Amino acid sequence: MPDTATLVRAQDAPALLSIEDVSVVFDGFHAISHVSTTVGQNEIRFFIGPNGAGKTTILDAICGKNRVAGGRIMFKGKYDLARMKDYKIANLGVSRKFQAPSVFNGITILENMELAAANRHSLYSTTFLNLKADQRDYIRYILDFIGLYDKRFDYPTRLSHGEKQWLEIGMLLTQHPDLLLLDEPVAGMSRRETEHTAELLRRVKQECSVIVVEHDMQFAKDVSDDVTVFHEGKVLAEGTMDEVSRNQTVIDVYLGRGGDQ
Amino acid sequence: MTLIQPARTQRNRLVLAAVIFAALAAAPALLPMFRTTLIARFMCYAIVAVGLDMIWGYTGIMSLGHGVYFGLGAYCMAMYLKLAAADGGIPDFMQWSGFDALPAWWAPFANPAFAFAMVVLVPVAVSVVIGLLTFLHNIKGVYFSILSQALALIMSVLLVGSQQYTGGSNGLTDFDTILGASLSSPVTEVALYYVTLAVLVGVFALCFFLVNRRIGKIFMAIRDSENRVRFTGYNTAVFKVFIYALSAAVAGVAGALYVSQVGIITPSDVGVSPSVQMIVWVAIGGRGTLVGAILGALIANGVETAASESFPDLWNYLLGLVCIVVVLFLPGGLMDLPRVPARIRAWLNRSRLGGGARLSPGDRAPASSATLSGKEARDA
Repeated sequence: MPDTATLVRAQDAPALLSIEDVSVVFDGFHAISHVSTTVGQNEIRFFIGPNGAGKTTILDAICGKNRVAGGRIMFKGKYDLARMKDYKIANLGVSRKFQAPSVFNGITILENMELAAANRHSLYSTTFLNLKADQRDYIRYILDFIGLYDKRFDYPTRLSHGEKQWLEIGMLLTQHPDLLLLDEPVAGMSRRETEHTAELLRRVKQECSVIVVEHDMQFAKDVSDDVTVFHEGKVLAEGTMDEVSRNQTVIDVYLGRGGDQ
Repeated sequence: MTLIQPARTQRNRLVLAAVIFAALAAAPALLPMFRTTLIARFMCYAIVAVGLDMIWGYTGIMSLGHGVYFGLGAYCMAMYLKLAAADGGIPDFMQWSGFDALPAWWAPFANPAFAFAMVVLVPVAVSVVIGLLTFLHNIKGVYFSILSQALALIMSVLLVGSQQYTGGSNGLTDFDTILGASLSSPVTEVALYYVTLAVLVGVFALCFFLVNRRIGKIFMAIRDSENRVRFTGYNTAVFKVFIYALSAAVAGVAGALYVSQVGIITPSDVGVSPSVQMIVWVAIGGRGTLVGAILGALIANGVETAASESFPDLWNYLLGLVCIVVVLFLPGGLMDLPRVPARIRAWLNRSRLGGGARLSPGDRAPASSATLSGKEARDA
């Protein structure tokens, strides 16, 4: 099989993530029902849709925060994430960024990065082992890229909102994830910060696949390969941003509303 | 300057700890024996406080039941001391209860090596079971605190209730010798004093090492946002059980040293009230600093002794008042005192600017920046 490895990047490569007929139920309420979609290697996928459509719920399901009522979430074709514990999913290479910036305020920016970068998570390794030189170099590279290298001994409380978001994305990158889940990364950012984030994601794409939940349509247009439109817990449409923005149903339930305001 | 801030803070804490240890080492030469044993008792409390600071100050888990582990260690040690005093027979209180043979589970404690091992192993075993039951089921915050408090209550009720095995509310007392040396001889007392000091230094060094390693950063990260740590791929329950067990082991050793020097352990030394006091020492000294916990335990108990010698009735009110003052005005405890002048200056600035803001209501920026600097000082 060695030959297939070189062909993985091709269009018909096996999906990195395959969501198959997934439902999530909260106290009898079907937050999402029978959702299916696949995300390929090195793809940036956007999940868009009105509030309450189930976008964040599906991210929660992928990273193990929600219990899945039915269906499978197959990762790399062999792991069913719907049946795994959150920290084990993280160790498989699925990294999640929540909506609010959530960095650790009690430790320095560098320590935040080191904590994320360590790939061994046992009591022993966290007590006795140091990070390897290549891990430290990579942390430096990421910190340089997000512009926080000079502030690395500061505490994150001193950072702006945008900087905190980048720090958190940077922490996720140090884990060399195969799949990055971002929940509204540019909410509350200025246009300039949003553009910087777009540039960051385009670089990130070289290394992994990304799923972004976002309301910023310009940002989605700039960065996405494909978008999936959710509405009332179901998939309404899927395709490139251009395709779905011509879809009449999508315009009616989602995009049209934005235009009206 | 700002670049080395975290390292400088840690160095200052080490220096302060070294000064305290040096003073403690000199104490037996300078003070009468009565005071020396008093300080030895305070050092036992300081050992517990350092362990508590690891789990509360650094990991954010407030245990209101560490008297349990202090007590388990103390009772394991007391059983050995009691059997040593009984000299092959059975302890006096058991005779009064009508026993004519030693209960089977008491017998091994006649062996000092076994008893010393149990001083650590029993608290660790109990805390691991409790920790697994709670942390694996994600019981945290105030729910854990209440549960741990209940544990302390259960412990003291059990000790009082099973009088024939534990001496009931009288506890265990009337000890003679430890490892063949008379407990009342000054040489033994001084030796035990230095053993206690060595344990305090050792526990501090171990904890200082841990908090400066990545594992320490994980504890602090769990305190800030446990879920986030889990999604970074760490099984936080493992880390919480570990630190809970470590602090329990430390409390057990402190309890053993306590009973050897004070000569008595009773249920009222290990129940709810002492458990809460342990938390108060850490709060007064300053959470998340280690040396603050030592300082808090030494000073709070020192002041308590001084105050209860002069006005015994007032001490509890005084302690309550100190608690309120710390919570309201000094959330960082005694360790935060050096920053107080800066904070008062910031507060004065703010009220001055607040007065100015009334003249020009649009300009609020300076006021908010003063708030910010106060907050940062606390976070740093």
